[in-house]
Amino acid sequence: MAIFINEKTPILIQGFTGRIGTFHAQEMIDYGSNVVGGVTPGKGGTSHLGRPVFNTVKGAVDETGAEASIVFVPPPFAADAIMEAADAGIRYCVCITDGIPAQDMIRVKRYMRRYKKESRMVLTGPNCAGTISPGKAMLGIMPGHIYLPGRVGIVGRSGTLGYEAASQLMALGIGVSTSVGIGGDPINGSSHRDVLEAFENDPDTDAVLMIGEIGGPQEAEAGVFAQEHMKKPVIAYIAGLSAPKGRRMGHAGAIVSAFGESAAEKVEILKGCGVTIAPTPSEMGATVAEVLGQKRKVA
Amino acid sequence: MDIHEYQAKELLSKFGVPIPRGGLAYSPEQATYRASELGGAVVVKAQIHSGARGKAGGVKLCRNEREIEEAAEFMLGRKLVTHQTGPAGKLVSRLYIEEATNIDREIYLGFVMDRGSERIVVVASAAGGMDIEEISATQPDTIIRVTVDPAVGMQQFQARELAFGLGVDPDIVNKIVPAIMGCYRAFRDLDAMMVEINPLVITKEKQVLALDAKMSFDENALFRRPHIAELRDKSQEDPRETYASDRGLSYVGLDGDIGCIVNGAGLAMATLDMIKLAGGEPANFLDIGGGASPERVTKSFKAVLRDKNVRAILVNVFAGINRCDWVAKGVVDAVKELQITMPIVVRLAGTNVEEGRKIIDTSGLTVISAETLAEAAKKAVEAAKKAA
Repeated sequence: MAIFINEKTPILIQGFTGRIGTFHAQEMIDYGSNVVGGVTPGKGGTSHLGRPVFNTVKGAVDETGAEASIVFVPPPFAADAIMEAADAGIRYCVCITDGIPAQDMIRVKRYMRRYKKESRMVLTGPNCAGTISPGKAMLGIMPGHIYLPGRVGIVGRSGTLGYEAASQLMALGIGVSTSVGIGGDPINGSSHRDVLEAFENDPDTDAVLMIGEIGGPQEAEAGVFAQEHMKKPVIAYIAGLSAPKGRRMGHAGAIVSAFGESAAEKVEILKGCGVTIAPTPSEMGATVAEVLGQKRKVA
Repeated sequence: MDIHEYQAKELLSKFGVPIPRGGLAYSPEQATYRASELGGAVVVKAQIHSGARGKAGGVKLCRNEREIEEAAEFMLGRKLVTHQTGPAGKLVSRLYIEEATNIDREIYLGFVMDRGSERIVVVASAAGGMDIEEISATQPDTIIRVTVDPAVGMQQFQARELAFGLGVDPDIVNKIVPAIMGCYRAFRDLDAMMVEINPLVITKEKQVLALDAKMSFDENALFRRPHIAELRDKSQEDPRETYASDRGLSYVGLDGDIGCIVNGAGLAMATLDMIKLAGGEPANFLDIGGGASPERVTKSFKAVLRDKNVRAILVNVFAGINRCDWVAKGVVDAVKELQITMPIVVRLAGTNVEEGRKIIDTSGLTVISAETLAEAAKKAVEAAKKAA
């Protein structure tokens, strides 16, 4: 079943006709994602990559029945594009754009609260590599071939570190149900905790690998959630052991500014919650394999 | 992005936050001139991007011209070291000369982008003058918070709640409320990430004044705040970082001897972790971005080599959309072009990895290839130790 997207999910590309949108839309189509059209204001009525282009997300949803979208819109306009998707009835939106002002994201999050939780769009990102349900659909910019279809869920802030994890798993013959990038920004659509909850409810996921990093409270919240509400095992790696306090490490959100936000502190909190920690970034795959092995023995 | 105290005060005063009179000086002569304009006792304040300047000798109360000259001569051109600057300290090239104030009470006032609530949160405490970590540790009961609803913005009653919560007289409340509202509007309208007034003072004459001010801005919003972007002071940055950021690279200088070039922030952090775990010390964090074009690889080598402590370089690229052979060729070309002779460990992963490794191994350069992240870190640490 996977979470958020599968081979049937009808997908829209927001920022369809731009250079980056075009490139990645083609990659997604080639992977087998059900891309039904795109949105570029002012280019409605034309056709691009053999799919219709619309002026508004609402118009696109009405015509195509799109349920998911991916945003490639530049930072000054990206928050607007996300809110447009939420208002048009898109169920799941991935925002790839890096560089959205934090106050714009605060506005997006507040805006989305006008919808009841049941009908509210799920947003992941911004500043992420997207989501992939291997063998089914790709809604992102990742190299699809490094993911083996399987039963381990991945949630992480970073793109390439997520690729590293997926290829370590593949080398061990372990497949992935869905991999979700939540992005490196301080204010993001879904938290680690939100995605853990989705994986817990997914019958096709057996365990979850969470790839966190320094900064913010989300890994600790996810640990508490795993302890109190999850039956599935969670394995975690936290990047940034060597990061100095108060310095931003690439991602806008990767900065230790309060107690409990350093990698060492997060590791301790997660251990306390019963989460298995991968001791080094080159042992993420091996740690997952070990936990799955133990699980099989118990079962 | 951080700015200086005098810049923050100038911005905040435009939003109605009361500040003491003051002026900028670049020399002892200008400092005494500014003081004569103000009249009376003045405080000479070193302008560096750091708090805790007082303890480092960067804030001095002066009563006459000779004291002002002495203070200015002491501070200008000096590198002040505080617990926030790191051991290298920060260069003082500007002074702010401010009229002295008769302090009756000191209040802490801070505005932050709170990641838990995903809102702007205002924090106040009657225990001003100390930094917020210290207040949290020693007098947590004095801390009051309000959370701003982004749909409607901060309301007057919230500022009143804070002011009355601080236990000040009603006539002072009427002066603190506009100061709080002014800071909030500045935060919102200028895309700040942090505004801190510590202390906000009540003077013996019953005036409310922002005695110190710190502001930090959202770098993602600078495109729409060009007048804020102009306030950047490169002299307050690590020169290695200035060089890299001027070339569009995300770089953080560290103290070790292994230069790092990685694509993606998370993988870059993980690479530094791996070096540490292998017993080495990274010289820098460097994310060259998702793609690793030959131009960016060359730029990255140049940035890393500006650090004279670097003895070995570790390149770790996960080529997804870009193929490893293309990245490998970029690395080989850069090493040739820059005539790098120090050991370079290259770890490639992803698409066309075999072809990529072949290009590295047959290049005839001092480039060592590695298969895994762990192996790459181990080889880089060994190479750096050998070169030491």
